[in-house]
Amino acid sequence: MQYCGDFRTTYEKDVMIFQTPFIKVCMGFLGVALLALPFLIKGEYLWIALQILIAVIGAVGLNILTGFTGQISLGQGAFLGVGAYTSAYLTAKMGLSFWVGVPAAGLVTAMAGMVFGVPSLRLKGLYLAIATLASQFILEWVFIRWESVTGGSYGIAVPRPVIGDFSFESDRSYYYIVLAFTVVMTLFATNLIRTKTGRAFMAVRDHYISAEIMGISLYKYRLLSFGISSFYAGVAGALFGHALKFVSSEQFNIGVSIVYLAMIIIGGLGSIIGSVFGAVFMILLPKLLSVVTTVISADIPSLTRLVTAFEQGIFGLIIVLFLIFEPDGLAHRWRLIKAYWKLYPFSY
Amino acid sequence: MTTQYLLQLVISGLVIGSIYAAVALGFTIIYKATRVVNFAQGEFLMVGAYVCYAFLVQMHVPFWAALLLTILFALAMAVILERLVLRPMIGEPIISIIMVTIGLSLVLRSLVTAIWGNDILVYEPKLFPQETVSIGGIPVSQEFIWCFVLSMVLLAVFSVFFKFSKAGVAMRATAFNQQTAQSMGISVKSIFALSWIISAIVSGIGGVLIGNINGINSSLYHFGLKVFPATILGGLDSILGAALGGLIIGLLENLSDGLCKAYLDLSGVKEVAPYVILVVILMIKPYGLFGTKEIERV
Repeated sequence: MQYCGDFRTTYEKDVMIFQTPFIKVCMGFLGVALLALPFLIKGEYLWIALQILIAVIGAVGLNILTGFTGQISLGQGAFLGVGAYTSAYLTAKMGLSFWVGVPAAGLVTAMAGMVFGVPSLRLKGLYLAIATLASQFILEWVFIRWESVTGGSYGIAVPRPVIGDFSFESDRSYYYIVLAFTVVMTLFATNLIRTKTGRAFMAVRDHYISAEIMGISLYKYRLLSFGISSFYAGVAGALFGHALKFVSSEQFNIGVSIVYLAMIIIGGLGSIIGSVFGAVFMILLPKLLSVVTTVISADIPSLTRLVTAFEQGIFGLIIVLFLIFEPDGLAHRWRLIKAYWKLYPFSY
Repeated sequence: MTTQYLLQLVISGLVIGSIYAAVALGFTIIYKATRVVNFAQGEFLMVGAYVCYAFLVQMHVPFWAALLLTILFALAMAVILERLVLRPMIGEPIISIIMVTIGLSLVLRSLVTAIWGNDILVYEPKLFPQETVSIGGIPVSQEFIWCFVLSMVLLAVFSVFFKFSKAGVAMRATAFNQQTAQSMGISVKSIFALSWIISAIVSGIGGVLIGNINGINSSLYHFGLKVFPATILGGLDSILGAALGGLIIGLLENLSDGLCKAYLDLSGVKEVAPYVILVVILMIKPYGLFGTKEIERV
């Protein structure tokens, strides 16, 4: 988005992340707002904010794989789980620090993601989507059965991070750690897609045969995008585990994978800002729905069973309606709004 | 471990597999004609089972009439869903279509739980006689035989339908090339609707059969998730593949589960075995056993 008279004369200007001074100011305000947030809200609302930040990491990761490289993955939930269990095992059972556990979780999940990404050389589209669905079920099964590591159906209790004498036991202090991770990883992703690697991803997505003819190694980049995406999932899962202080297999079922897929589709495929919008939307929506259902069932107790049953249904219905009426996602709507204000009051 | 135990595993595997095959057929029909991956296939099965329960047990309609009414209900549901939800999605990327059917599955699931609750319901009276008959010395429940025979008849009827009937040929033409089909006077829109109708009916009948054996509750939709390995194994767009894939998955699932329980003291292999098999097969044959290999040129 540029102003009139904003002519770019160098490549450096063309690829800047923050294009204009106005955007820099806006991002500054956003940063201040995010830093001040824990002092403005508390309790459950702070917990929701934490969940959103973690979901942003996972959604950005999935968008790199699905939105930018064009490989549908139905296994993001399980990869979050791999990260959460890795960090939980390292911190709770081996006594290592949080600062070792989270990066290790990212790396281990990246390895796992690449193992399950190996079929991606031969499989395309739907066949690959179902192969990732298989990874979801296989990993979920491993979570429950590998009791010596995962604690089986009991799960593992996980500590919050500590630096020296200071413990990040409160949600407020832990929020800042998560915020730092989210900002760094989102900026990294924004940068990544401007590099040679990012453009290779998009070339593979848009036309893989042409990409291969241009000398892009399909195998390398497909596997790499699985690795990077799973790294993000692993970090998000680990942060989530430490946030909940507890890791168990139900937190990483197929439903979670579907919610993450919904995030990037509703937010906008192939758009980093879209992943953020999608994460905010998909985390807030169920909370709003449960507020509504609690109010209704408090007023009319006889409807409780009916209303709780419909909660999931309305969630599904909103996804369906969204896809029918806004198929390009929130990121597209965001562009239209920006264009509207740029051109206002002229409609051309 | 006796031969008898092994044979029983094989028989119950084949019976469950025949229902997988029926549902996989429904999945394949939709995919073949419209290129839509229907993640709500398991919910179609569940809705069929519950609607038949409502007619049969709650309204005391005789079985043949209940089955007919269930089929009519499935038909109506398919037409409405196709018209309202799937048609606006034509031309959207495959991932959006996957998501729309997932959303649809959530809606159907919550409707079913809202109406019938979460308890296990049982078909009363049972649809088929309960006495066991002996096949080569092994006692087999008669309902197993009925179930298997009915699924196989269903599969046979539809393969004949695709090969020889006018509508079947039109569906194959549409699957091959939509524009050409349209220029030959085939209404692609009604073919799309027809494929959803057939799919819903076949899955609905599958739901009635499985509901009769195991009882029905809201976790019946898990069946839909088992159908993916079955269809992929056979090849997404092959009807013969769907039938064989269903049988193979049912058989392998039951055998691996039974053998692991007996020898390795490892339970719950059932849930994961089809997916392991799926990954192994896909590594060897990326388009399944009978799937069309896409030839790509630049």
